[in-house]
Amino acid sequence: MVDMIDVDHVSKRYGEKVAVDDLTFAVQPGIVTGFLGPNGAGKSTTMRMILGLDAPTSGTVTVNGKAYRDLAAPLHEIGAMLEARAIHTGRSAYNHLLAMAQTHGIPRSRVTEVIDLVGLTDVARKRAGGFSLGMGQRLGIASALLGDPATVILDEPANGLDPEGILWIRNLLKSLAADGRTVFLSSHLMSEIALTAEHLIVVGKGRLIADTSVSEIVAQASENSAVRVRTPDATALRDALAADGVSVRSDERGVLEVHGVSSERIGELAAEQAIVLHELTPQTASLEEAFMRLTGDSVEYHAAAFPTPVTPDLEQVA
Amino acid sequence: MSTAVATDRTAAAPKAAPRGRVTQANVLRSEWTKLWTLRSTRWSLLAAVVAMAGLGILIAAVQMGRWTHLDPHERAVYDSIDTGVGGYHLAQLAIGVLGVLVISGEYSTGMIRSSFMAVPKRLPVLWAKIGVFAAVTFVLMLIASLVSFFGVQAIVTGHHLNHSLGDPHALRVVVGTALFLTVLGILSIGIGGLVRNTAGGIALFVFLLFVLPGITAILPASIADSINPYLPLNAGFTVATSTFENGNHLAPWAGFALFCGYAALAVGAAAIGLLRRDA
Repeated sequence: MVDMIDVDHVSKRYGEKVAVDDLTFAVQPGIVTGFLGPNGAGKSTTMRMILGLDAPTSGTVTVNGKAYRDLAAPLHEIGAMLEARAIHTGRSAYNHLLAMAQTHGIPRSRVTEVIDLVGLTDVARKRAGGFSLGMGQRLGIASALLGDPATVILDEPANGLDPEGILWIRNLLKSLAADGRTVFLSSHLMSEIALTAEHLIVVGKGRLIADTSVSEIVAQASENSAVRVRTPDATALRDALAADGVSVRSDERGVLEVHGVSSERIGELAAEQAIVLHELTPQTASLEEAFMRLTGDSVEYHAAAFPTPVTPDLEQVA
Repeated sequence: MSTAVATDRTAAAPKAAPRGRVTQANVLRSEWTKLWTLRSTRWSLLAAVVAMAGLGILIAAVQMGRWTHLDPHERAVYDSIDTGVGGYHLAQLAIGVLGVLVISGEYSTGMIRSSFMAVPKRLPVLWAKIGVFAAVTFVLMLIASLVSFFGVQAIVTGHHLNHSLGDPHALRVVVGTALFLTVLGILSIGIGGLVRNTAGGIALFVFLLFVLPGITAILPASIADSINPYLPLNAGFTVATSTFENGNHLAPWAGFALFCGYAALAVGAAAIGLLRRDA
């Protein structure tokens, strides 16, 4: 099975700044893969390299086994919507798409089709410069689908959209996936990606942090999560739990947040000591927490590699 | 319109849409669409046509109106062929600015990313821009300079100053003006592709063509005289004039060939930049 997109030991430097650092991953066919990382992690740069817009400083990127530049009909193989606008503000949506279509000999009927599909029919003849953010995103998606490609790349498609627009994007992604298309989708929000993606590529500071399935990432992150216990006899339970590696916190009277021991073990201990429990709930880590934990690690990693950071890295905090 | 607003449905099933591929002819069609679908382009071309066709006629009308007030020298050197193509003084500015914009406008708006995603080999985009812009400029400017030429001849007939296209230099000047403006447009596309920024591109265009001659004018005459004929505008303009102020100039077609060389240089540099630099 040929990977749709293959990123192989790719680095990209802009002068002294390393945007992408020895990144290796593959996007598998037929599923939605999320590309996740904080702002400034190198996601957009990586996508531009996949699309042949930026040349890697080292390493290779291939699409369907070929460098993007060598594709004879790129719009039919891979459709892309970049985060930054890629349209002349003075041209109408229809004429923009028509000019794109003509490079491949795609007929006008297809242009009308994608315009209807993204719901821009009423404004298709207006200057794109006057489009709202949401309309711009829709036009970007129309461009991506113009050549009816098997692979679609979307850079932060939900960015700046109103709730209705976000819902529209979600439905669109689901329908793309249902068609059996390969979707590669970037976001800095785990919650957004987790709704549609099966697989995740997580990056931080241009480096690969994780290449795993969504369910696995949640399971990993939950391992060290807390258990919430409500009991009328909190002091007795706290004493019973006192052991190495177990920490107990209480922000509310009669409620304990226990780390380092499973809910099963807490139940057993309570039974042995005849302590009444009103509630015993394992706190599953949210996706957002899982993501923060992952990228948090990448900060620590870099802090260890460069022992005396001159300035705090604000990007990673965001 | 049966498929409108069907948000939960992608286009026709995969592979149903017709498949094409990138060819130079397809890219030419795309660039043709791009050129005519911007208001700024249409206005600039209209301005160039009006200037090229109208300015010479206007000047001729004014000159003939006060012919008896002109001094004898002015009357002696009056050349209705040069007046006939006098509109190029204005048209060259419109064509040059538009040439820069054709490519810098794509960089400033981000359109260039769409262009290069569709045509990742990039150079076909440059060739198509040059081909379309050159063809449009040549046809429009040839028509405009013919209109201007015949208009001017009609006005100066009363003073027996008129020339026909068959007279020495006349046809060469009329066609040469269109050629000069066309190559000027190509040169400015090269500049736009090299600088990739509208303000910078226009500044460089104005500097090379209009400011540089002014700088040489303040150099010692001996140095200025040896440089002047080789400056882009001075070299190119030889093909578009029938009388010269002095003998210090290249032969018409030699000058034009040098001008073409400058354009080729700018386009070549832009092509290398296009291939090597990130979009």
